[in-house]
Amino acid sequence: MTQKYADGKFGEYGGQYVPEVLMPAIEELTDAYERYVLENEDGFMDEFRARLRDFGGRPTPTQYAERLSERYDREVYLKREDLLHGGAHKLNNALGQVLLAKYMGKERIVAETGAGQHGTATAMAAAHLDMPCEIYMGERDINRQRPNVFRMRLNGSAVNPVTTGRGTLKEAISETMRDWATNVEDTHYVIGSIVGPHPFPAMVRDFQAVISEEARRQLDEQTGGLPDAVLACAGGGSNTMGTFANFVDDDGVELYAVEAGGSSLEVDEEEGVAPNSASLSTGEEGVLHGARTKVLQDSDGQIMESHSVSAGLDYAGVGPELARLVDDGRVQAVNVGDVSALEGFHRLSQLEGIIPALETAHAFGYLEEHSEELGETIVVNVSGRGDKDLETVIEETEKRDIENAPSMAEFSGGI
Amino acid sequence: MAGHANADLAEAFADEPAFVPYLAAGDPDYEASLEYVEALARGGADVIELGLPFSEPIAEGSTIQSAIVRSLEGGMTPDRFFEFVGDLDVDVPLVCMTYYNLIYQYGAESGPRPFVERAAAAGLSGFVVPDLPAEEAGPLREACDEFGLDLVFIVAPTTRGDRLDQIMSQVSGYVYVQARLGVTGAKDDVSGQTEESLERIAEYDVPKAVGFGIKTGDHAERIVGAGADGIIVGSVLVDIVGDGTERGDSTETIAERLESKARELKQGALRGYEQRVPQAEGK
Repeated sequence: MTQKYADGKFGEYGGQYVPEVLMPAIEELTDAYERYVLENEDGFMDEFRARLRDFGGRPTPTQYAERLSERYDREVYLKREDLLHGGAHKLNNALGQVLLAKYMGKERIVAETGAGQHGTATAMAAAHLDMPCEIYMGERDINRQRPNVFRMRLNGSAVNPVTTGRGTLKEAISETMRDWATNVEDTHYVIGSIVGPHPFPAMVRDFQAVISEEARRQLDEQTGGLPDAVLACAGGGSNTMGTFANFVDDDGVELYAVEAGGSSLEVDEEEGVAPNSASLSTGEEGVLHGARTKVLQDSDGQIMESHSVSAGLDYAGVGPELARLVDDGRVQAVNVGDVSALEGFHRLSQLEGIIPALETAHAFGYLEEHSEELGETIVVNVSGRGDKDLETVIEETEKRDIENAPSMAEFSGGI
Repeated sequence: MAGHANADLAEAFADEPAFVPYLAAGDPDYEASLEYVEALARGGADVIELGLPFSEPIAEGSTIQSAIVRSLEGGMTPDRFFEFVGDLDVDVPLVCMTYYNLIYQYGAESGPRPFVERAAAAGLSGFVVPDLPAEEAGPLREACDEFGLDLVFIVAPTTRGDRLDQIMSQVSGYVYVQARLGVTGAKDDVSGQTEESLERIAEYDVPKAVGFGIKTGDHAERIVGAGADGIIVGSVLVDIVGDGTERGDSTETIAERLESKARELKQGALRGYEQRVPQAEGK
């Protein structure tokens, strides 16, 4: 368990830029984070680990990928977070925060969700721990991630559509903050990534760090050493930071945060639209959702509407710790576009029998394009499985000329 | 006020309760918005809070969110905002209400200084920044001191103890007393948290203006009667602009409604004050 940056500042990034009404709750949460998470008071971390094992199915394997290794003439290992309960890494954080809320005596959970993976994980954790839960989700995301909406409802959570802006993750976070400001006394906001005001970025990283804790140990067991490169997709950055956390001090391990390049890295300043979600690669320092970080914004400081074929990466900001690590040169911020991600999706499905989330597929897009630069041993985090994305993938694949995609024409009528 | 009183804001609260209305500058367009703000001044505003719209207004309810969208679509930017302030024909102090990223990004150097310098040149008297708690306000406070502007802080129903001292050591002009939990928006009642909040900060020597949810002259009367030095009213005025615009009413008609609503709120505040004054004279 890393304790870095417990003061909430990552160099010039981080901080607590939130309305005063939330500050007492954030102070209370900071105190709870320090006592229960960092100090294991009342055995909090022991209970968290036990529930991750029994309810979540941890540890997840680090699997040798035979056919990808053959294809690239490298040793490729997959950290299988898609096998965690719920089908993505998100449960690590959601279970940690809902449990923490219980230890704090909170009576209600709210959360935002983009792709629906965090909402789903939070709804599962809330049902598991008997906490009432409401999820805010952009209307556009509701339309492109319907299976996850059903899963949240099935677990007993309310799903509140957010209609402002483009109706994606950015608006959902703003709306959840408003709910929290209204119900702050009995409600905990389970933020879904390493974003927001301190202590969220540090706390979410600590809950997700189990990914790299296991991967580091499991790879050592199999190869007797460390990898040369670790790849993870990056939107807000929770799977990224979880996958990197225990490798940051290993100077020989190159860390690659693969962002969504969308359809283009150019921005349309007039329309306020960036057709990508590459805030680490192209964003400028700014203040968004409680933290100073790298942000897609226009020259006035208005936040841009981001874009990605994958809802979970579709966000104009990124965690402040990742912004710092990129500035320090410790993490390489790279990106691949929608087409490369879709090709990566089909490639992993066909070669390894693993249908990845579209978010995850970006990491495999980068692996395809740059494998020769990544050293001998490569770990890629499979942050989630792709069942939620099937409709989107079939639709987006048909719109484009994706060379390695199977034809679905004979099954017209959809799934 | 720890030596931070800079501009003329506190004076606006000196003689009688201040009526502090809010509108988003440029809602729904530049020219009409000038008329609307001037109508508030005619209706008795003592200070006017002008919103500079930000794309992620996390402290605003749906009414002001809509105004922000209209204003942005109408082409409002920080530079246009400063022109707007210059074009306004009003003789009351103006406070800029906006979010920190716009202040931080303005000008060639990063940090709040260029924005504050430009605001001072435009004739603004101070700022309210809802996403800037006292912990992060140091650089903006410093720039405000350099250019002689006030920095208004919000005190929430949840603010207590050390936090209150920390805020009160940085505030100048007036303190914005948030009357209830949550986000901005007109309500049909007066929050029971108002009196408790006013009591908690009574000992601090800074004018106390109560906002969040005030809708009628009656609300204004009760809040000033409870000890407030002023009232801040936004959403009900923004609704007049939004509803009138949607119905296609003329700028003149909407301006008249705003002036009349402003008068109602100011008169209410004065009635509340009269209830308190005999007590004050009896001391």
